[in-house]
Amino acid sequence: MKERLNAIKESALNEIKKVTDLEKLEELRVKFLGKKGEITQVLRGMKDLSKEERPIIGKIANEVREVIEDEIEKLKLDLKEKMQKERLVAERIDISMPGKEKIIGHRHPLISVMEELENVFMNMGFSVVQGPEIETVYNNFDALNSPENHPSRDLSDTFYITDDILLRTHTSPVQIRVMKQVKPPLRIVSAGRTFRFDDVDDTHSPMFHQFEGLVIDKNITMANLKDTIYKFVREIFGEDMKVRFRPHYFPFTEPSAEVDVSCFKCKGKGCPACNGTGWSMEILGCGMVHPKVLKNCGIDPEVYSGFAFGLGVDRIAMVKYGINNIRLLFENDMRFLEQF
Amino acid sequence: MLVPVKWLKEYVDIDIDSKELADKLTMSGSHVDSIESVNKGVEKVVVGKILNIEKHPNADKLVITTIDVGEEKLQIVTGATNVKVGDYVPVALIGAKLPNGLKIRKSKLRGIESYGMLCSAEELGIDEGLVPKELKDGIYILSEQYPLGLDIKEALGLYGEVLEIEVTPNRPDCLSIIGMSRETAATLGKKLKYPEIKINREVDDITDYINGIEVHDKDLCKRYYARVVKDVKLGSSPVWIQRRLMEAGIRPINNIVDITNYVMLELGQPIHAFDLDKINGRKVIVRRAKEGEKIVTLDGVERELKDSMLVIADEDKPIAIAGVMGGENSEVSEETTTILIESANFNGKSVRLTSKGVGLRTEASARFEKDLDPDMVGKACDRVCQLIEEIGAGIVVKGSIDIYEDKAQEREITLRPEKVNNLLGIEIKVDDMLKILNSLELKARFEDEKIYVTIPTFRRDIELEADLIEEIGRIYGFDKIQSKPLIGTLTKGDKSRIRKIEDITKDILKGLGLNEITTYSFISPKAYDKINLPEYSIKRNCVRIMNPLGEDYSVMRTTLIPNMIEVLTRNYNYGVDRAWAYEIGNIFIPKKLPVEELPYEVRTLCIGMYGLIDFFDIKGIVDTMLKKLGITGCEYIREENYATFHPGRTANIIKGNNVLGVIGEIHPEVLENYGIKERLYIAELDFEIIAFLTNLEKKYKPLPKYPAINRDIALVVDKDIMVREIEKIIWENGSDIVENVKLFDVYMGKQIPEGKKSVAYSITYRSYEKTLTDEEVTEVHDRIVKALEVQLGASLR
Repeated sequence: MKERLNAIKESALNEIKKVTDLEKLEELRVKFLGKKGEITQVLRGMKDLSKEERPIIGKIANEVREVIEDEIEKLKLDLKEKMQKERLVAERIDISMPGKEKIIGHRHPLISVMEELENVFMNMGFSVVQGPEIETVYNNFDALNSPENHPSRDLSDTFYITDDILLRTHTSPVQIRVMKQVKPPLRIVSAGRTFRFDDVDDTHSPMFHQFEGLVIDKNITMANLKDTIYKFVREIFGEDMKVRFRPHYFPFTEPSAEVDVSCFKCKGKGCPACNGTGWSMEILGCGMVHPKVLKNCGIDPEVYSGFAFGLGVDRIAMVKYGINNIRLLFENDMRFLEQF
Repeated sequence: MLVPVKWLKEYVDIDIDSKELADKLTMSGSHVDSIESVNKGVEKVVVGKILNIEKHPNADKLVITTIDVGEEKLQIVTGATNVKVGDYVPVALIGAKLPNGLKIRKSKLRGIESYGMLCSAEELGIDEGLVPKELKDGIYILSEQYPLGLDIKEALGLYGEVLEIEVTPNRPDCLSIIGMSRETAATLGKKLKYPEIKINREVDDITDYINGIEVHDKDLCKRYYARVVKDVKLGSSPVWIQRRLMEAGIRPINNIVDITNYVMLELGQPIHAFDLDKINGRKVIVRRAKEGEKIVTLDGVERELKDSMLVIADEDKPIAIAGVMGGENSEVSEETTTILIESANFNGKSVRLTSKGVGLRTEASARFEKDLDPDMVGKACDRVCQLIEEIGAGIVVKGSIDIYEDKAQEREITLRPEKVNNLLGIEIKVDDMLKILNSLELKARFEDEKIYVTIPTFRRDIELEADLIEEIGRIYGFDKIQSKPLIGTLTKGDKSRIRKIEDITKDILKGLGLNEITTYSFISPKAYDKINLPEYSIKRNCVRIMNPLGEDYSVMRTTLIPNMIEVLTRNYNYGVDRAWAYEIGNIFIPKKLPVEELPYEVRTLCIGMYGLIDFFDIKGIVDTMLKKLGITGCEYIREENYATFHPGRTANIIKGNNVLGVIGEIHPEVLENYGIKERLYIAELDFEIIAFLTNLEKKYKPLPKYPAINRDIALVVDKDIMVREIEKIIWENGSDIVENVKLFDVYMGKQIPEGKKSVAYSITYRSYEKTLTDEEVTEVHDRIVKALEVQLGASLR
């Protein structure tokens, strides 16, 4: 029996050496070590052995089994490693090939700027409100103290639906709506479409967008207005922006100011774009709400004061993204929109 | 308004340079748009006198002149034809530089040496439009005998700067040198010196010359003031007047007209001079025009008048359109000997409408339309007479006719100093407030803790305390106000629910690959034809603009679809191979036609797509969007009668009683109308209903503990049975263990009988209480199959 076991061992080790894949190896394991394998069969003859021989042969049989097992196990690991290696080599790809196109949409630059402005003020405690695009002449002009014969009321400046109804020429009528509905304190902003009788060209459009803000409370001062505008300008255009308040005239504020900021191109040094002044002009108009406007809305100007400001969103978006033609904003060319 | 700094300096002592002056004026409210240098680069040009003119031996069009420039006499060849011996002219010497970049060198012209050049006004950098007409096409012949050799810059005053100032519409008083001087004086803290108005010699009496002045329409003419000047000698005005006019942007014409313009610039009051002999009956009548009455204005154009317009007339005809322009029939000319000088105050609105009506806007009308100070009328007229006398252009007749009933009154406004500081957020002392107010000629006195301010008639814009606060603030300097953060009631920034849902929707649609677009709120009424809307369609009831920019922009949209198709078509024409877009915007639904009140504005979402997609892509987008917004259980109901859409590929989206909108492929006829050869898919949804149905509340549902069992089922059913019906039956018979029903194949063709289709589903069964056994699933599955067979006549494949 000892010879048989040794022969099995020899033949097993021989056969194992020739194996090159895992399946074959498994077959050999079954053949030699399985329940019906050769070693098991040899061991079945153990019952015919003498008591003395049994442990000796048993020991040899176990040794043979262990040797074969070890050999198979060793080869198994080798083969696995080898196959893994081969697989990885085979699966090598050209990682310079393009990624598969995934489609994501794009926000319209104008509207995203409008929302950005809203968010800046929301963070400052302002509520975002909306007003209709079609307004009354009263809300758009009269209540805002616009002089009765002001040229902006002309048919050549404003789109009318009837003598009393028009397409709003600014977002300021939202102020009137809010002041009439809500008691102070008030902090609101409103953005939206506005309309003026302008033919389309590189810088004009009959429809454009404004952004409007209003604060009404006790003891609101021009110093508060300045602070608010400073914060806003720096948030939108950057910390190093200079801001100046130039006295101006608007019917609905008194005092009124126009706000200039450092020239977007030269940052204040003076260049052809800013006529050498270093300022980008008329970014925003603002002022202390006119007492007549407060009265028109049922707010006592002796108790409350407030400030309002407004700006053109289209221009801000154009400056921000370097867009040189306002038509692009309304053409909606996908190749344009997909740049934002 | 063009303001020559030299002119300002006559009334205010300015000791800073023009740049600094411009900055200071800008910061006190007079925005200086630009600073122009009067001398645009003239060097080594002097005054010379023509001593001799000879023919050029070799050229017909050239002459040889001898010019005395003081220290020497020069031979200069010129092509000019308007010069004669004795003329004083600008001479560019050898080495001279001119604004057009020309450098003068010694040269030979057709063999004759030339030592310089005679200059035209344009060559001296004077705007062509401002050069007196008679000098336009030749050498600038100087109207005065200056010392020979004098630098032309000194002779013509070619130095200093001109400020271009933006005057706000509430400040007509600043449309004058005197007004800007007042601002300058207040800004710099200096005194304002008024010109002294004094006439040395007056003869006869005005009543000897005029048979009266009648103002019929006092509502449009608050004041009419007239004087007469006799022995008028028409000619060109002295250079100093010409130069001032040119610098301020007005072309010199003749001495009389120039002086009226000069005074208009100086004092802001437009003045008109009539040839008195041409006024029939020597009577001036200020009246409304007769409808259809005609007048030829000074620019030679015949203009038809309306009865709303004010004219100056004699006994039988209009001789001027009041405040706009004079008539040719009473124009001052070479033959004129006696003139009537009109200084009047016309109603601003009337002048504005008249000027628009006749299509003529002049320096005068631009001022009148802002409502001028009636108190300036007399002073300005006297000033004109003074200047005519001063330059010897006529003899002033004594007296004036002044029709002025409803006199402008000075008002008094009370100002509380604490209110000033409270509104501006600063601490200015009362003394400083008084100083500022008085520097603006707002006469202020302090009494009983209050400031009483008398408002002069030229400051009609000041009505309230707040107006005075602005005056103090702007002269004090807005830049000196220290900014202070808002305090007081804390408020939380917020947005309306619909706006929040809009934001979320936009994020979802962006994630789904759609680009946001924005289009005009107004469209062409033809768009409704283009999208095939029938005549009776309610969508054709739209709000119309009275004065649109053109038909294309004339009605307020009642649907976003036309704009969407236009955008898609435009992209298609640009060669863009895929356009997936959406717009959220308002549509405008009139409450009643014709419009009497504000229409409904309904927030609407429109999705439009082409490229790499079919109906089920856009449906998938809408489904995903609705699901993310928490809107479940929507049904798609076939819509065959919406003429914009393909009748077989369109559905209304319904939930309960709510119609969310429509989705489908655009009708081929509509595509043809727009000339696009690509299938378009569009959904238009009522965003207010979407927002109403949106449910953003989220609640955790336990994950399944037990395994699922999948069973596939393939059925053959009638072609027209909609899969929704099949799914309904599966769910109804699912005994609560159907977890998911997934359609994975629809097939028609080989092996399937005519009129039938094969539909394959994968059904997922799962219980949340236990592991389902095969038998339990089979029982339910068989019941489903049975129900399909019975209810739909389906057969298993």
